[in-house]
Amino acid sequence: MKVFGYQLPGMSSLILWGLLWEIVGRVGVTFFIPPLSEVFQTLFAIIGTPAFVKALSETAYAFSMGVFFAIVIGIPVGILMGKSRLLDELLLPWVNIFLSAPLTALVPVLMVLFGFGMKSIIITTSLFAIWIIILNSRAGVMQINRSLVDMANSFGASSWEAFTKIYFWAALPEILGGVRIGVIRAVKGVIIGQLLISIVGFGALFELYSANFMMTHFWAVLIVLFALAFTISEFLAYLESRVAYYAAKR
Amino acid sequence: MRNRPLFLKLLSAVIVFGAWEIAGRIPVSYAFPTFLESMSALVTLTLDGTIFTAYAETLKPLVVGLVISSVLGVGLGLWIGLSAKFDWLFSPIFVVMQSAPLAALIPLLVMAYGIGLTSKVFVVCIMAMPVIVLNTSGAVRNTPSSIKEMGRSFLGSDLDIVLKVIIPAASPIIFSGLRLGVSAGFIGAILAELKITPTGVGDIISYSRSIADYPSMYAAIFSIILLAVLFLNLLEKIEHLLFKGNYRGYVSD
Amino acid sequence: MATSQTKKTTGSRVEASVEIAVSARNISKNYGETEALKNLSLDFPRGQLTSLLGPSGCGKTTLLKIIGGLLSADSGEVEVGGQAVTGPGEDRAFVFQDFALLPWASVIRNVAFGLELRGVAKSERESIAEKYINDVGLAGFENSYPHELSGGMRQRVGLARALSVDAQVLLMDEPFSAVDEQTRRKFQEDLLSLVQNENKTFIFVTHSIEEAVYVSDQIAILLPRPSRVSEIIKPSGFRDKGPENIRRDPEYLDIVDKIWASLRSYVE
Repeated sequence: MKVFGYQLPGMSSLILWGLLWEIVGRVGVTFFIPPLSEVFQTLFAIIGTPAFVKALSETAYAFSMGVFFAIVIGIPVGILMGKSRLLDELLLPWVNIFLSAPLTALVPVLMVLFGFGMKSIIITTSLFAIWIIILNSRAGVMQINRSLVDMANSFGASSWEAFTKIYFWAALPEILGGVRIGVIRAVKGVIIGQLLISIVGFGALFELYSANFMMTHFWAVLIVLFALAFTISEFLAYLESRVAYYAAKR
Repeated sequence: MRNRPLFLKLLSAVIVFGAWEIAGRIPVSYAFPTFLESMSALVTLTLDGTIFTAYAETLKPLVVGLVISSVLGVGLGLWIGLSAKFDWLFSPIFVVMQSAPLAALIPLLVMAYGIGLTSKVFVVCIMAMPVIVLNTSGAVRNTPSSIKEMGRSFLGSDLDIVLKVIIPAASPIIFSGLRLGVSAGFIGAILAELKITPTGVGDIISYSRSIADYPSMYAAIFSIILLAVLFLNLLEKIEHLLFKGNYRGYVSD
Repeated sequence: MATSQTKKTTGSRVEASVEIAVSARNISKNYGETEALKNLSLDFPRGQLTSLLGPSGCGKTTLLKIIGGLLSADSGEVEVGGQAVTGPGEDRAFVFQDFALLPWASVIRNVAFGLELRGVAKSERESIAEKYINDVGLAGFENSYPHELSGGMRQRVGLARALSVDAQVLLMDEPFSAVDEQTRRKFQEDLLSLVQNENKTFIFVTHSIEEAVYVSDQIAILLPRPSRVSEIIKPSGFRDKGPENIRRDPEYLDIVDKIWASLRSYVE
């Protein structure tokens, strides 16, 4: 939006919302919304505490392991599906099912199979992220320009060379797009996993704060989480745009 | 072979369910029933009516939440897409909501609204709404400018252009936003039942887990995933039927 | 300058009998820092086809949109039939480069859409649309959808839509640039007979020299940064020789060469 001919930055309205929050909190409309300034005070007070650091590091560990497995399994499976028609037709229905299925329903199964702890959370995270990574890698390989493949063949590239020098790079924009969405889903997955298996990470903190009605603590953790999630998603969007320059030129 | 896709789909199902059956027979875990055991549990649950009463309970917050988020989400999205002011004011909130793990709000909702229907409806709404709003506003904003100019040059009023050009042009993407919203709503509804209070299908899952009746637990999970996938597929079919050709027809194809 | 000379030599014979349908006076338009049009004046004789020709970025589409009332000029004035332009009006109809068809609407609804926006009753507007669908050669496709048509057929829909509102001035923004070469030639021939039969004023933006010379009564050469009319050419000798003979007429070839000579230095 423009004010007096000056273009306001995109996210600047959040400042206005923050002010509104502060006012609502000060007026005391509801116990559940403490003033934003108090939330920030609490935020700085708890951010270095062992409980918070433990929750954050556990969450970060579960998240990065989950994303790692989703990428390491997802990209090759997707590329193989893009290259082999048989594999594609066998796997695609399942990928599509799990892409849109309510995966929260599977968490209880993971809990009985893999125990009430970190392992289940990591698998939940992977399950949230992997399907879109597979699907995008597949789409990336399938859209590769025929003439690029013909070019590689005409210059006598071996199939391994064609794979490492053509397929991967030509599909890279789509693959990264899939990874970005997958990572955003993984953030949601790791939190959902921790909420349902609430003895680890932020799940445990949420239990503690809500049982004791510690509203400012609760909001402080939420703000940290939302800010981290937003930063991760924006950072990946930036990376993607760095690659998009050649995607647009294909 | 003419029926190759169908044949491969069946083959793929046989492989997966066969693997499930074998893994259950080994068994890989005491908590891993075979496919057939789970299916017979599903038949039992269906025959004694348990599953129907459970779904009546589960679908209540889902349907209410989805209706609210659709109406509110599409309305807000249109507004944001049409007005630069509202875009500036509201877009950031939904952009943040879209990337944020909103499930973390559940304990707060429970504190504020208790463990009843209201909280569950809220959970469905916060999960479903961002994608509906963002799809709608994005679709409105990205209406091809040449057809908007066409409307203006043939003397359409602003209202004409919104009703006869922008909304029809945006509707395929609005609809797919609604479909994604439904998908997210399912996640929310089940999460609410597992986290807030076990009711409906969530109750079957939690209860049969607590008495180690694993076939029933797997059956309930199987049924809810099946229901969600079938419903979403139906929506996708309707989408193709309604908007056939709407994505195409521009000069670029 | 060349402008006045050309006008005098080729224009004097017809000028007396010709009435000006559209005139642009001292038009300037800036996009932020960039000057798109600067103090541009140009007259468009009634019943004739005038091409705006120039390299890309020379502001020809901007000028057309200003005449159409889709953009407003920073200064200067456009008059259509003696009336100053303040916005889109009933006296002008647009044909778009990318056709601008509604993909969800059938051919007949697309053709009738201009009339629909003017509040013409359904049965009436559909019978008018029917007539123009026949005229452009799309009879039988009334209930097809744009995605079922070829590019050329889609532009015929766009043309029928512009004709059906019966505007005095037709504004055509590179209308044939998105169709294939053979279809384009057919379109150009059809356009010639349209100009002859309809007694409408056509303003035609193109970047093809051959196309401009082939279809125009008057060609305005626009040069870029900032855009100005550098030359007005009025081919006169070959218009009556029939569409199939134009392309080998010496005057046609001379004009094409001459325009290319003045534009070639602007090609990057």
